[in-house]
Amino acid sequence: MAPLVSIAGLSVAFSGVPVLRGVDLALGKGEAVGLVGESGSGKSVTWLAALGLLPRHAQVTGSVRLDGRELLGAPAGELDRVRGGRIAMIFQDPASALNPVLTIRKQLCEALALHRDLSGNAVKAEARRLLDLVGIPDAARRLEAYPHEFSGGQIQRIMIAMALAGNPDLLIADEPTTALDATIQAQILELLSTVRRELGMAMVLISHDLGVVAENCDRVAVMYAGRIVEEAPSNQLFADPVHPYAQGLIGALPPLDGPRRRLTAIPGTVPDPAHMPDGCAFAPRCALAAEPCGLAVPSLAPIANDRTVACIRAEASRRALLGIAAE
Amino acid sequence: MGRYFAIRIGRAALTIVLVVTFAFVVLRLSGDPALMILGPEAPPEVLAAFRKAWGLDDPIWFQYLDYFGAIAKGELGRSMRDGRPAIELVLERIPATLALTLPAFAFKVALGIPAGIYAALHRGSGIDRAVMTTAVAGFTVPSFVLALVLVLVFAVQLGWLPSGGQDSWRHAILPIATLSLGGAAVLARFTRSAMLEVLGQPYIRTASAKGVPWRKVVTSHALPNAAIPTITILGFMVGTLIAGAVVVESVFAWPGVGRLLVVAVANRDLAVVQCILLLVAMTMVTSNLIVDFLYGFLDPRLRTKGAHA
Repeated sequence: MAPLVSIAGLSVAFSGVPVLRGVDLALGKGEAVGLVGESGSGKSVTWLAALGLLPRHAQVTGSVRLDGRELLGAPAGELDRVRGGRIAMIFQDPASALNPVLTIRKQLCEALALHRDLSGNAVKAEARRLLDLVGIPDAARRLEAYPHEFSGGQIQRIMIAMALAGNPDLLIADEPTTALDATIQAQILELLSTVRRELGMAMVLISHDLGVVAENCDRVAVMYAGRIVEEAPSNQLFADPVHPYAQGLIGALPPLDGPRRRLTAIPGTVPDPAHMPDGCAFAPRCALAAEPCGLAVPSLAPIANDRTVACIRAEASRRALLGIAAE
Repeated sequence: MGRYFAIRIGRAALTIVLVVTFAFVVLRLSGDPALMILGPEAPPEVLAAFRKAWGLDDPIWFQYLDYFGAIAKGELGRSMRDGRPAIELVLERIPATLALTLPAFAFKVALGIPAGIYAALHRGSGIDRAVMTTAVAGFTVPSFVLALVLVLVFAVQLGWLPSGGQDSWRHAILPIATLSLGGAAVLARFTRSAMLEVLGQPYIRTASAKGVPWRKVVTSHALPNAAIPTITILGFMVGTLIAGAVVVESVFAWPGVGRLLVVAVANRDLAVVQCILLLVAMTMVTSNLIVDFLYGFLDPRLRTKGAHA
């Protein structure tokens, strides 16, 4: 099946400093993919770049295709139809994500008018339906309210309603629950998975919270220093991470069952994008690092069905483990 | 909402009282009007008679109460020079001043705001740098220097325009240009930074992410938010319409309120100075009130805060 979105060799640099260094990712219709990694690993930048939402001075290269149509460098009009209409995006900070001087109705109806053939009362009826759908009570009255009259969780619900307004095929949720209380987080994630199931929409969940990703996604891609270092079905990644960085991330999580053990931390810090080490960017922090790691940037290579990893050491050990002859 | 404005109106009234008091005290401490107007050669008994006639020999607190009592009755006193009511002298100068400040205000807005918006939208471009360099020059150069440079170029060197006086519309061009350039520069900078601040906000990215064309993102999402800080500086400019041209009127010998003020201060013509200051304080305070009202209109967050306050 042809992928809905395929990203190939996507790179982004801000005034010469690379922050995204060749990302390859494909996404099928209706699929939920998690993107995890530390802040600054390029999770959000990947999708902001794909949708042309980065500031003008960002240099973006590579390819982002939606149903085979190239998005990078596409004319502004075409991008405007894709944004909100095919691919919608919601963001982290609900407090400033909505325009403070416009009513919810204005902001919601604007999205409806752009992407749906609706007019007059039909727009308003649809706006009410969407607010109902995302669980904002008393929708008719609340439409006339301003963003500051809602709580953070409610704003995130409204953001989801706005994202759904264009009937998108893909929703990018960029840390949608990071700024919310734990109880509200669960409600928002529940809402996201409900609407996704009902509408058959694909979703990319960007998060640094592995638990959130594990519960809500079919597949996970782990990012480190502007590249994807491991990609696998969720259950496999969490049960058996291969890349030393992914192992480190999962080792840092407390186990829910089994004996208590000391949590491991990954030593060192994320490298400065302006001074990337040669070869594997994780090598300076990696317990398995050997001399060849510093020679070339490892590429993402398949190690099993649906699984890829960018690590020469893990690949070798994995191949030996699975008894696959090295080619 | 009602209380929001009640507080502001109370503050406005207090501001006016303070300005008037301050002017009253400073003027009386800074020189003897009798000496200023009659000259140092005047015989002592003439000076004494003058002081008595104008109540200058009363205790200062008495003069102060007397003055406020008169204001309450709507009397702003008479000029010590020609005995005419001060308010009349001031009012007849206002049209001349407005003939400079109103067109200048229009030019400031028409030049400064679009230049600021353009510069913000094309941040870092050659045009942005050109606009900002001009703007910095425009408000670091004092208006009397700018006025003299304009006179030197357009009146002395090129001989295109008159250097002073009020005989025709051509005489107004250089004073208006002087006022406009400085003000436009200030507005351009303010508008640019307000726009840049707003354009960096997450809700601008939200609007783009839902497919709103960039032009509409700017007009219906960015501008209404950037208008809020810009209104502040506009309000300040409206407040200076009456007496904001003191320097320019002096340089170009333009017979407006500003020049009247300079002459009246030099002569310690107390009633006239106080009358002008009262008028200035009132326009300033009124324009600030209008700005506060516009804030409430433009920013729904203030509206509800005011209602709860």
